[in-house]
Amino acid sequence: MKSNSAVSSNKKETWSGGGIKPFGASYGKMMMWFFIVSDALTFSGFLAAYGLTRFKFIDSWPIADEVFTHVPFVHGEYPMIYVAIMTFILIVSSVTMVLAVDAGHKMQKNKVAWYMFATIVFGIIFVGSQAWEWNTFIKGSYGAVKTTEGKILQFVNQDGKQIALADFVTTERLDGREQHTKKNGLWFVEEPTIATYSIAQIIASYNAHPEVQIRTELITGQKKKTILSREEGSVQLAKTKLVVEGANLEVNEYGNTIFADFFFFITGFHGFHVITGILINIIIFFNVILGTYEKRGHYEMVEKVGLYWHFVDLVWVFVFTFFYLV
Amino acid sequence: MGHAHESNTKKIWIVLIILTVITGVEVWLGILKPDSLYLSNFLGTSWLNWIFIILTLLKAYFIAWSFMHLEGEKTWFRRAIVWTPVFLICFLVTLLLIEGGYIYDTLGPLVKW
Repeated sequence: MKSNSAVSSNKKETWSGGGIKPFGASYGKMMMWFFIVSDALTFSGFLAAYGLTRFKFIDSWPIADEVFTHVPFVHGEYPMIYVAIMTFILIVSSVTMVLAVDAGHKMQKNKVAWYMFATIVFGIIFVGSQAWEWNTFIKGSYGAVKTTEGKILQFVNQDGKQIALADFVTTERLDGREQHTKKNGLWFVEEPTIATYSIAQIIASYNAHPEVQIRTELITGQKKKTILSREEGSVQLAKTKLVVEGANLEVNEYGNTIFADFFFFITGFHGFHVITGILINIIIFFNVILGTYEKRGHYEMVEKVGLYWHFVDLVWVFVFTFFYLV
Repeated sequence: MGHAHESNTKKIWIVLIILTVITGVEVWLGILKPDSLYLSNFLGTSWLNWIFIILTLLKAYFIAWSFMHLEGEKTWFRRAIVWTPVFLICFLVTLLLIEGGYIYDTLGPLVKW
């Protein structure tokens, strides 16, 4: 026998056609599992990199429940409530998926279709929530300034509660700047959006409001951000080079820019998985309605997409912990 | 589909309740942040964080075992799926976190606040 021969020696068929099932798992299911294992390693790589970066900046990392505090249609600050709801929605969608698989084993076509439909709806709600979360994060809630040393300075009132730039910046811009638009200036010149407030204006307002204090990124022994005295504050504020409103890949009003980078990248990569999961679910949903699996005699395809969908839920459980809780 | 498929709708609902309760406890602790847990330190992080990590692993266990039906797979298939990533992830995370701590110890003192 040739050494590199791939012919099985026991004269049995190979996997083609699915006749043989090693470990009692069909080819498709086994490959779905192996894909999930490799994808799990990809996500762990990202989360481990997040962990490394966080340990690298352990004394200045943003405190999550000061960052994600908003709930749609509700005013005020409710840290974690909204992500908890999102997590619950994803868990429920996992449950409807298992129920679909369960109904598939009993060959109940209508039940499978309805449970698949519910899974898709919950999936869409989750992605929508994630989009809202991104939008809130990008827009920002308070505004801050960035110094020439690359540090973010935020503003707090006497109680140490963070306040928005709009809460105390009242004077004129002082620098006479206006957002340049093509229609009232040089039509061939564009400029990026300028901040609502100018640096000079913020410094003047800080001096005019003795109750306002400045908070740096540095975390104290009590795991709170350091609040500077008025004098130290004005020294730091004098170094301002940029007014920051919201977060993007280059600058982030909540603190370290790389925090925003990881947030966008990891939740974005997860959201991409959810979106593909929804698309695959939709395809399988139509197959169920058309009776494809009824004719095939089994609903194993629903089980396979179910595995993928549960995996997406599984990843979210970890993202939730490491971005919002820990 | 070589394993038995008795209907287990009841078990699915029980797992949903367990997962919801665990998430609820996590959020409750995350909002409350009791100082005794939050300000403590054990193996590089607070007890609170360890509780979060353990509860997360518990949730992962329920999702994988019950929803993904690993409990019904053949023993060695299950081990191939579970042990491989568990080993690799522990390895990677340990190295990277130690490295992150080292970078902080080295560069942290150079940052002026």
